[in-house]
Amino acid sequence: MLHVAKLARLELTATEVERMTGQLNAILTYAAKLDELDTTGVAVTTHTQQVVNAFREDEVQASLLRGQALANAPEQNGESFVVARVIS
Amino acid sequence: MEHYSLTLHEASQLLDSGEVTSVALTESVLSRMDVVEPKVQAYLAVDREGALRRAEQADVSRKNGQGGPLCGIPLAVKDVLCTTTMPTTCGSRILEDFIAPYDATVIARLDQAGSVLLGKLAMDEFAMGSSSENCAFQVPHNPWKIGYVAGGSSGGSAAAVAADECFASLGSDTGGSIRQPASLCGTVGMKPTYGRVSRYGLVAFASSLDQVGPLTKDVRDCALMMNAISGYDPRDSTSIKQPVPDFTGALRQGLQGVRIGIPREYFGDGLDPEVDQVVRRGIAMLREAGATIVEVTLPHTEYCVAVYYLIAPAEASSNLARFDGVRYGFRDQTADTLIDMYNRSRSQGFGDEVKRRILIGTYALSAGYYDAYYKKASQVRTLIKEDFSRAFGSCDLVVSPVTPTPAWKIGEKADDPLALYLSDILTLSANLAGIPGMSVPCGFNSQGLPIGMQLQAGHFNEEILLQVAYNLEQRAGVVGKKPVII
Repeated sequence: MLHVAKLARLELTATEVERMTGQLNAILTYAAKLDELDTTGVAVTTHTQQVVNAFREDEVQASLLRGQALANAPEQNGESFVVARVIS
Repeated sequence: MEHYSLTLHEASQLLDSGEVTSVALTESVLSRMDVVEPKVQAYLAVDREGALRRAEQADVSRKNGQGGPLCGIPLAVKDVLCTTTMPTTCGSRILEDFIAPYDATVIARLDQAGSVLLGKLAMDEFAMGSSSENCAFQVPHNPWKIGYVAGGSSGGSAAAVAADECFASLGSDTGGSIRQPASLCGTVGMKPTYGRVSRYGLVAFASSLDQVGPLTKDVRDCALMMNAISGYDPRDSTSIKQPVPDFTGALRQGLQGVRIGIPREYFGDGLDPEVDQVVRRGIAMLREAGATIVEVTLPHTEYCVAVYYLIAPAEASSNLARFDGVRYGFRDQTADTLIDMYNRSRSQGFGDEVKRRILIGTYALSAGYYDAYYKKASQVRTLIKEDFSRAFGSCDLVVSPVTPTPAWKIGEKADDPLALYLSDILTLSANLAGIPGMSVPCGFNSQGLPIGMQLQAGHFNEEILLQVAYNLEQRAGVVGKKPVII
């Protein structure tokens, strides 16, 4: 559980770990029901429609202005999003 | 009769004939909110000034002979659709103050149609849930019985329509989130074919399953809303170039030549006896209207909960990675490092159900488990899709209950996620197969709680759903029945 939480960038309290472990075990045990089916040779469906990549002409189009893109940022300096230093 | 209790098409006719103004309709609905909203709690945000301003503009347009059926009609939308004029929270603390920099395509379409946007409606956080109890801000109540759930995840969208707090609303449906609350609140709800309605500006939960659709007071209103929101959108790469009919053309009397399939798997164990009885009575009415009833089989139905609760969380865990406290949303201010900031912002910003699904999805996609869970589920998804293709060889649509039970008490199922997941069994397949599905009011149980009938058809065949729903509506004796909100 702690490994999965780390992959998901979630910090769980001890009580959350306990509760979630029980609930996830129940859900995954239930999901094991799929093993009843032999799916050898069955294609996967990741999309229900026959879609191909949707390309547009490579032309300049209007996009968000920098101010708009930054407007919801928890911290910004008028030019970019600000986060803690990554490389020291 | 108060204006707010009209259907959308009735209100539209009165606007046409000049008997009422959009401002009067809007004021009527706003005053209705003042009375019932303290009990129903459907709205997360209401834009009174904006709505009245828009209503004045609509009245001018209509005076100049412009504007279609939706011009001047007050509507509301689930808070998962991006709007520039109001916050878009998705029912989550992590987006509490978020104002989208653009409008969702469906919002722009409703605006172009001249409609009046009243506000944003309560929902389960990020549309994850079946009762709207996972909303971080408030839990909407069922107008038919305060203290009971409105369903979910579009619970606010259904409750607001049922309580006459708007003429129609939009919701989103990833595994039943339009049809289930529509059924529990006694409204009409349609999940269109995947790709029929643009998802641009719909905050993503599970991208291969999500679809926007209307919740309305009757079937004609559903057709009018579908006319307004359907159609190809170059901004949604999964939008499909399919001609959009005038959906009101499907509202024809009689069902001669229509073959209705009854999937036996949808009437199995765990189905509430009153739900079973009401839906079977509805099927008898459809036969009287001229339809042929045939039995069909959808043999992989019992696997759809397992498939859905692997695929949807897998897609969600990926989609929700964007909420990291950098570009928008809540940020924990105590962390010293970037990674700690991600961890703490997400852990404080997301509620339990969202965390649960992110964890399931992350696990199902992780190295060593991908084949056993995600790939296996995607293969069984193919089998579920093929079940429908086979069934639609011998019938035009399938008819069933929407949910195994009517609405339940708020809090009653909150502690057992798996039990709540299992209650979605009748609605998940339509999303997995990408087909359109609809909920239509069919009757009431002995406690006076609404029960809906579900209709599902092949890809892009929403018209047959509307035709059958229209005929059921004429016969079921539910038209014009309103909840007494106490």
